[in-house]
Amino acid sequence: MLRFYGTEIGSRLMLGTAQYPSPRVLADAFRRSGAGIATVSVRRESGGERAGTAFWDLVRELGVRVLPNTAGCHSVKEAVTTAHMARELFETPWIKLEVIGHTDTLQPDPFGLVEAARILCEDGFQVFPYTTEDVVLADRLLAAGCEVLMPWGAPIGTGLGLTNVYGLRTLRAQFPDVPLVVDAGLGLPSQAARAMEMGYDAVLLNTAVAKAGDPAAMAEAFAKAVEAGRLAYESDPMEPRDMAAPSTPVIGKAFLE
Amino acid sequence: MKIIVNGVESEVKSTALSEILDELGYGDAKVATAVNERFVAAASRPQLRLVSGDRLEVVTPRQGG
Repeated sequence: MLRFYGTEIGSRLMLGTAQYPSPRVLADAFRRSGAGIATVSVRRESGGERAGTAFWDLVRELGVRVLPNTAGCHSVKEAVTTAHMARELFETPWIKLEVIGHTDTLQPDPFGLVEAARILCEDGFQVFPYTTEDVVLADRLLAAGCEVLMPWGAPIGTGLGLTNVYGLRTLRAQFPDVPLVVDAGLGLPSQAARAMEMGYDAVLLNTAVAKAGDPAAMAEAFAKAVEAGRLAYESDPMEPRDMAAPSTPVIGKAFLE
Repeated sequence: MKIIVNGVESEVKSTALSEILDELGYGDAKVATAVNERFVAAASRPQLRLVSGDRLEVVTPRQGG
């Protein structure tokens, strides 16, 4: 059974809550995805608005665990303060730590990420760092106290899939006992299946479902892909080879010349 | 006094953070706060006195990826 910080995780598909056409579509997508973890954020609200309360009520109706993020934070201080506000609002020590280092690619700032992770882990947070496939950075994050790593497949919102399969494979091989989640950049279920076939423990996505023409159907498609990919990984796939090898027995073939 | 609330200059009469939130209409809304970029826990709001020019951030749960 997959565990994040000691918590058993039922579904290996984690889903974001942003960009859906309506709250009803969001709820339908979650139901068909079977996802047990939803990412959420904190944002400004003016007095009397109450949009946050309405959203929180919707999330609670979904019956899922929440993983608050620090999306949009570009500095350690900003990320740490946001994490504290999220912990109080959502009443969870879990935090998806984002410290963005580049505006166009939304690539994590590796230096700020490690520093923020250390501060938050020391303060009792259970940190899920949004990181790259860099194995040195992964090592530093684990040393900082992280017990889960979430490398990107591709830049957030691009739908490009697994742009560095070698790097992701290396990361998986280097840290066989650390829960690894491919987070961001997935656009199609086949890409999620590939991540799972490589031995990744889960995938986290948002845009690919929310921006699909039929988000609920796409959520189910991803759920099936994740399940298929995991089952394939557990089934010990065959090794690929360059030369053909007949699957039908050669012995016993009739001589008809 | 004038303080900055979520980036907008606002006039408030109260000084305690908890009272300022009431005055601004947050009431019993589920919010988290930071003053001058430092997190202020809900339990600390009654004791924290703001001064003119302080920057208050008030956030709530929202959609996220």
